[in-house]
Amino acid sequence: MSTASTATGNETLPAVAVAADTRAKLITGITQAVIAALCLWGFGLTSRVSGDAHTVFVLKFDPNAPGGLGPISAPSQEVAIAFSALAILCGLARAFAPLSKKLRIWVDGVYFASIVIAFLVWVAAGSTVGLNVPSIIALTAGGAVPLILGSLSGLLCERSGVVNIAIEGQFLFGAFAAVITASSTGSLWAGAIAGCLGGALMGALLAVFANRYLIEQVVLGVVLNLLASGVTGFLYDRVMSTNGGTYNKAMGFSAIRIPGLASIPIIGELFNQNIIFYLAYILVPVIWFLLFRTRWGLRTRAVGEHPTAADTVGIKVIGLRYRNVITAGLLSGLGGVWLTLGLASAFGKDMSSGKGYIALAALIVGRWSPIGAFGAAVLFGFATELQVALSSLNTPIPGAFLAMAPYLVTVFVVAAMGGLTRPPAASGKPYIKG
Amino acid sequence: MSTPEPEKNEAAGAASATPAPEPKPKPDRPPRDWGVIIRNVFTAENGAMVTFLAILLALVVGAIMIVLSNTDTMNQLGYFFASPGDFLSSAWNDISSAYSSLFKGAIFDPATVSGTPEQFFGPISNTLEYATPLIFGGLAISVAFRAGMFNIGGQGQLIVGAIFASYVGFSWTALPGLLHMIVAVLAGIVGGMLYGGVVGWLKAKRGAHEVIVTIMLNYVALLFLGGWLLNTSVFHNPAAAGQAISKPAGSTAVLPHLFGDQLFTDIGLLFAIAATFAVAWFFKRSKLGFEVRAVGLRPSAAKTAGINVSRVQIASMLISGGLMGLIGVTQTLGLANPNNNSLSPNIDAGLGFSAITVALLGRTRPWGVVGASLLFGALQAGGALMQTQAQVSIEIITVIQALIVIFVAAPQLVKEIFRLRAHKIDTGRGEGGEAAPTVDPFHTTETITVAGGEE
Repeated sequence: MSTASTATGNETLPAVAVAADTRAKLITGITQAVIAALCLWGFGLTSRVSGDAHTVFVLKFDPNAPGGLGPISAPSQEVAIAFSALAILCGLARAFAPLSKKLRIWVDGVYFASIVIAFLVWVAAGSTVGLNVPSIIALTAGGAVPLILGSLSGLLCERSGVVNIAIEGQFLFGAFAAVITASSTGSLWAGAIAGCLGGALMGALLAVFANRYLIEQVVLGVVLNLLASGVTGFLYDRVMSTNGGTYNKAMGFSAIRIPGLASIPIIGELFNQNIIFYLAYILVPVIWFLLFRTRWGLRTRAVGEHPTAADTVGIKVIGLRYRNVITAGLLSGLGGVWLTLGLASAFGKDMSSGKGYIALAALIVGRWSPIGAFGAAVLFGFATELQVALSSLNTPIPGAFLAMAPYLVTVFVVAAMGGLTRPPAASGKPYIKG
Repeated sequence: MSTPEPEKNEAAGAASATPAPEPKPKPDRPPRDWGVIIRNVFTAENGAMVTFLAILLALVVGAIMIVLSNTDTMNQLGYFFASPGDFLSSAWNDISSAYSSLFKGAIFDPATVSGTPEQFFGPISNTLEYATPLIFGGLAISVAFRAGMFNIGGQGQLIVGAIFASYVGFSWTALPGLLHMIVAVLAGIVGGMLYGGVVGWLKAKRGAHEVIVTIMLNYVALLFLGGWLLNTSVFHNPAAAGQAISKPAGSTAVLPHLFGDQLFTDIGLLFAIAATFAVAWFFKRSKLGFEVRAVGLRPSAAKTAGINVSRVQIASMLISGGLMGLIGVTQTLGLANPNNNSLSPNIDAGLGFSAITVALLGRTRPWGVVGASLLFGALQAGGALMQTQAQVSIEIITVIQALIVIFVAAPQLVKEIFRLRAHKIDTGRGEGGEAAPTVDPFHTTETITVAGGEE
């Protein structure tokens, strides 16, 4: 009982559940170890890394710039084998060692990181260009931006008891509104505000239909995504495809270089980004603080866990849900702004390509906490940008499979963690005051 | 739009005037009151009326969008008060040209009344051809939905089904005529089943949220097909250099025409009707179907009753995937395929998602799905003509479909807009009465939010 209760953090668990939990832990750990063993074989023992193949790690964002750190060259085979072995150890520890909940998350983190490093070493083995580490870090951070904004949006909704599957639609609407406004007014800020409002409009639709008309929220979210895809696609065909020069210009916020921080080696590029990038990362601690340290946050969590009790003490459940869902729409809308004005790209049909759903997955994997969702978003952000990050290398993997990475990683991670997570108790259940 | 309003006012007056049926010792039915019956048509409880008004509302919103998105018409709005006729007439032109070509493409074209029967029945047969995959898809969503799962992975499942069917179609040409087609169809079903079954397994055994898993697998299938498979030597058609397109299926695997060579309907429609009968039987009569419904209504109760919830979830996803695979079959081997029965990256044509709206509008009932498929098939067929004739993007059909579903899901909203009566007037005849609990896909909170199967 002692090991099981530390593992689950629940002392009132019946014996059957404990046995099931131990078994689940064993299966998860052994599966992880087996996958790591396959990686050892695939990344460490293949001809690509054999002999004296070396992997070059470039430590400057612009490799031709003078000064700074020089590249590091490491023997591919040894490094790949070492990290794969570390991953195997993590898997075994997960299966057999009595780890606390917090430690388990760290072990999982090390596991994923070692497999990723082994993979990168294998991919870049023998390449003269080498892996540009600062560039990979910057790409990952950029790829994570919409996922962070989307998962924070989902977080606000679910913590107040509304499931927001419509993040995807809010992205699309935000992106569309941002581009069409910025292009026709010429003002980036007008575009950004319009994009947020576009997302909020979708959020308002979600709020009204979920709270007033009580439609099942998962179904509603998917249908709203369909609606957003249809509306933006239709308007794109009717307005943008013929008058692209007027209504669909690629405009972007320029980068703001933070003096001092931007010259830090390796991670300096993170401080040479545009305003939306900074905003997304600042919002993570802000939302955490608001949710866990303010009266509003306490009320929001109460409404998401037990609306009846919240109502009894005088919290206006429905009103709070409306406000939070619409605010969440603003955040998703900002995610849409990032996809267009943040990346200086024009609008395209269905351009969010499932990022809204990946953000939702990040929220679930991050266990409905802002910090956890942020961590998951960074992981998925890395997977999203993998294809771009490796484009300069002569990879043995077809591009389509690299492009699949974010989706496959999401499936694997959700499958690995899915059963262990618990959403806010009232999430998805409409509240009818009676 | 305002027609129901006087009805409602009259009804309100009449309702108070109608005396309550006197209690009688004998359960004798009071006489039919046709006035009340007609008034009862205009209530929020009448599903057919709500559906009709929902379609009407969706078309109105669609019309507004068509006008708003026409920049020429909107320019005339700038001097609306100087010359309102300009704006109104071109707005009317936009709407009428779009919706009349929608009608001509979907039902019939008045100009063909004196033409050949093929011309006359052409639009209807197009509608049937477009409805066929929607029937499969709607049934697929329904089967998963009744088990408490929301399968939005139709796109991926139908792509894998199409890959399997296409492979058999172009490579196993040694098989004799009919057998080749049957094997190709079965291969498509198996492909869809495998891809759907993975989701069921992940949901049942690993507690992975099926909405996320299915949508991710959609992108995996799309990238696998378009980004890799169609460029491999096994699949790529050497005659179409530079195009991501597969070899065409052998003629023996192609689904034959149903109503003669001139009409655009293939025997896929027969499969769809057979599938509808099968799913109806499955829900009503089979043991597994009963278990599926039990799990969907309340997994914990089903488990207590001795039903293996994991097994039921996996089985329903297998069936759902198999039905989605049939879309892949008709998309590749049927007449709907525009590329000489070969596989292309956009083989799914958005059907995986249209299927969701079909299942919801049909309220996950097999024959309701058929009705909804005919409606949305008509919209698709008409939308294709609307795109070419009136230059209105076919995306508007997606908008209309989504709006119809939202309005149907919120009868309260329709009631408020049209000022319908909330409840039926009791005729004292006991019609309807205590009906069996009906499926309502829009309010099944309990079944959906149960995360992580039963473990």
